[in-house]
Amino acid sequence: MSLVHEIDYGTPKSKSEKMVTLTIDGVEVTVPEGTSIMRAAMDMGTQIPKLCATDMVDAFGSCRLCLVEIEGRAGTPASCTTPVAPGIVVKTQTERLKTIRKGVMELYISDHPLDCLTCSANGDCELQDMAGQVGLRDVRYGYEGENHVFAKTAEGLNPNWLPKDESNPYFTYEPSKCIVCSRCVRACEEVQGTFALTIAGRGFGSRVAAGMEESFLGSECVSCGACVQACPTATLNEKKVIEIGKPEHSVVTTCAYCGVGCSFKAEMRGEELVRMVPWKDGEANRGHSCVKGRFAWGYATHKERILKPMIRSSIHEPWKEVSWDEAISYTASEFKRIQKKYGKDSVGGITSSRCTNEETFLVQKLIRAAFGNNNVDTCARVCHSPTGYGLGQTYGTSAGTQNFDSVEDSDVMVVIGANPAAAHPVFASRMKKRLRQGAKLIVIDPRRTEMVQSAHIQADYHLALLPGTNVAIVTALAHVIVTEKLYDEKFIRERCDWDEFQHWADFVSLPQNSPETVAKLSGVPAETIRGAARLYATGGNGAIYYGLGVTEHSQGSTTVMGIANLAMATGNIGRKGVGVNPLRGQNNVQGSCDMGSFPHELSGYRHISLDEPRALFEKDWGVTLEKEPGLRIPNMLDAAVDGTFKGIYIQGEDILQSDPDTHHVSAGLEAMECVVVQDLFLNETARFAHVFLPGSTFLEKNGTFTNAERRIQLVRKVMSPKNGYEDWEITCLLSNALGYPMHYDHPSQIMDEIARLTPGFANVSFKMLEERGSVQWPCNDKAPEGSPIMHVNGFVRGKGKFIVTEYVATDEKTGPRFPLLLTTGRILSQYNVGAQTRRTDNSLWHAEDVLEIHPHDAEQRGVKDGDWVKLASRAGETTLRAVITDKVAPGVVYTTFHHPDTQANVITTDFSDWATNCPEYKVTAVQVSPSNGPTPWQEEYDRFSKETRRIVPAEAAE
Amino acid sequence: MSSQGKGADKLVYMANQIGRFFASQREGGDVDGVATHIRKFWDPRMRSTIFAHLDKGGAGLDPLPLQALQKLKAEATEKA
Repeated sequence: MSLVHEIDYGTPKSKSEKMVTLTIDGVEVTVPEGTSIMRAAMDMGTQIPKLCATDMVDAFGSCRLCLVEIEGRAGTPASCTTPVAPGIVVKTQTERLKTIRKGVMELYISDHPLDCLTCSANGDCELQDMAGQVGLRDVRYGYEGENHVFAKTAEGLNPNWLPKDESNPYFTYEPSKCIVCSRCVRACEEVQGTFALTIAGRGFGSRVAAGMEESFLGSECVSCGACVQACPTATLNEKKVIEIGKPEHSVVTTCAYCGVGCSFKAEMRGEELVRMVPWKDGEANRGHSCVKGRFAWGYATHKERILKPMIRSSIHEPWKEVSWDEAISYTASEFKRIQKKYGKDSVGGITSSRCTNEETFLVQKLIRAAFGNNNVDTCARVCHSPTGYGLGQTYGTSAGTQNFDSVEDSDVMVVIGANPAAAHPVFASRMKKRLRQGAKLIVIDPRRTEMVQSAHIQADYHLALLPGTNVAIVTALAHVIVTEKLYDEKFIRERCDWDEFQHWADFVSLPQNSPETVAKLSGVPAETIRGAARLYATGGNGAIYYGLGVTEHSQGSTTVMGIANLAMATGNIGRKGVGVNPLRGQNNVQGSCDMGSFPHELSGYRHISLDEPRALFEKDWGVTLEKEPGLRIPNMLDAAVDGTFKGIYIQGEDILQSDPDTHHVSAGLEAMECVVVQDLFLNETARFAHVFLPGSTFLEKNGTFTNAERRIQLVRKVMSPKNGYEDWEITCLLSNALGYPMHYDHPSQIMDEIARLTPGFANVSFKMLEERGSVQWPCNDKAPEGSPIMHVNGFVRGKGKFIVTEYVATDEKTGPRFPLLLTTGRILSQYNVGAQTRRTDNSLWHAEDVLEIHPHDAEQRGVKDGDWVKLASRAGETTLRAVITDKVAPGVVYTTFHHPDTQANVITTDFSDWATNCPEYKVTAVQVSPSNGPTPWQEEYDRFSKETRRIVPAEAAE
Repeated sequence: MSSQGKGADKLVYMANQIGRFFASQREGGDVDGVATHIRKFWDPRMRSTIFAHLDKGGAGLDPLPLQALQKLKAEATEKA
């Protein structure tokens, strides 16, 4: 194995289809029009010396190292900023060029430390490489003159010298090594879109500065790492590289955080991970990353990680460490005992959206084949189950319609109930790039998120609706499109059912759905609704991106259908730049849905009652399958409280913290006789567990993840599992102990089974993924290359189906006792329940959950910024600190759910989506009042937390 | 702390919620829509609990889900 080296072409790829032929160093080369001479040369394998150019950012032409000579043209133009032209003859190496380059390098090196041997970038430094390439042998100017290198001069302190900035937990900024190429500044602007870095001063005084010459941590820097990656020297360098040294081999793998699914090179020394660097050929991220995937992987070796299996007969006893054999046989005997006593249907399980497709597939197989029932569900229940239902009904597939690249062709983006800048940061950067090129933006969100207004981003319309009024707003948009005749009749007649369209059009045209009526209940001015509808319908390619602000409502499924209606009515489906795109929360939530994790369907979204697919599985698995749907997570908890559900196997999911109405979840778990938790840490759910099976991280296993664009990508093992087994192996052990044998030598065999049982995966194999890098399902004989965009020549279900979406107000209502509406969400640095990110330095950015409250509401309650406040709903109460901000409207408060000591879900209720029981996280009636500190409930939770986490180590063998 | 009660009460609440969506799908309400949805997504114990509630008069059920559940129950009995 060796390091995966990526070619730096120096400037970005041209998208032109027109080709140009020129001659470079006597060789004819043909490239797209608009390509730089530098890139054309690299295309044929000739690397022109360069410092300020890199292919992630536009050419800048400042270092003057990449000069070339062109026959018939005067001077020595920079090859990075000079585009190719037909017939030109270029020379990249002449006596004149050699002399100039050596002179340029001599000047650079005269103001640079010569500590190469002890420098952290030794062997990985472009400045070092260039000095070598131009043959620099001497610096005639000496090093004593004015410089940025030394803290002191003969006369005293050096005013040009700046100390190292180590404020960021993951990388350092060492100004003395900076050559002011501004690659970092441009990466921050062009790739990330944060504009946190700048060049302060001018001439010799030019310095890279974060914010207003602040520390990196104190500035608006979001620690995405793009600047570190762009830096050609050790100026911006990962602390891990400084600590460990240069990596020696690397493996391409897939990030295990959000649904963007970024490709990374895991750069290693032996089994020690040195750094994660985004991979340019990754088709989801195109070489970009965020603070989580790039830096927040230290949890994998965190001291709190549990590495030995543990059991206990009561949750009030301490945990007892046991062997794998004992843990597995105890678990199997408990499930058998429970099924014998309470019936076959008294147990079930939850698959993990954080585990691989192969692992998820095996867990649902274990439940259906070994438990013999369909009581399997997954965390998508609490996030995107309405997407599955809504898009399935209208279009015929339960997934987004586009690839991420599609955004480059969008003219109007509609972002509904999503804050990609926080939850899908790498895709947000790509959206922002397109917005800076001039695309229009409509945001529908109760909060003024970063997508509404941030550096060089300003939404054209922000529909700051009252939480819970999504359906009314979406239907009002349809009202404008229909009554103002802005719909695409040709598209509708060709692709959709015309009679259904007319029925729907009559419905949306009713006065109750007009912007003027909806304005009263949503709080969004009618003119804003009308303007947004007109822009979406007439502004060119319109693409809708939505998140959990759409799905996590009593009418979540209805809103998804309403969104699908809008895209059909305006013809925004089936080509680049358009579509309906759910932004998936977790890394493999798409995959866990595809793999048959829902109680009513087999992999590939086929209902369990259908005889044909069921027979296929029965034959392959050698069992008879139950044909009735099983219980969903909330139904399992209800059944547990009712006494008919007694045992659960939970892989990689923390339902106690992530699911709504914590009191109800804990009552359900407490009523069970055997709760098995397979996870990295003793998570909140494990408080109620009887068996703990230690899980493995994404760095320790092979498999695949499927991201939000249906892209299947390989996850590759870079180190041995510290707990002893990959998660799929643990499921096999359990199944074997239950008497249903499972034998696989490698996850690729599980994928082969998935492929032969799932039509959309028919042509997928590890071998194919090794060769191609990734593929988007469906991938079968009908679509051998996969499907970047869906519904191209017609909908999967045949004709697109318009569905009437009547607004029904939620039963969760404000009143005198609970006058405010709470809505919940995420923050950039933390991920989901925080089990991983809280165990990294990401907590420096977000150490606790806080409550955002409008100044008006705060003043009425005597709450000042930073005060402890009590947040109470009909379900429960908690305390946290208040942050006063006008990002939320009066009457609305907001918090995140990353920290167990706040437990925002104590507050949320068990109201849920009518179709899928997806919980209504986004609307809870609450009251806020000043408080002195934690509630008695929080204190008891903390005490119980400590009690249930006691561990008695295994006795040493005699 | 359940906002919708327990056991059959909760199922009644859920059935009414489903009913409210299908009420506007067709003139007079889409009975088959409600019945199909419940048959496809409710596990057998949930269905038998609500059928038992139906036998006791089906208190709290709105007309549309009541009609749908009666139909579903008749079909289930026929099959058995």
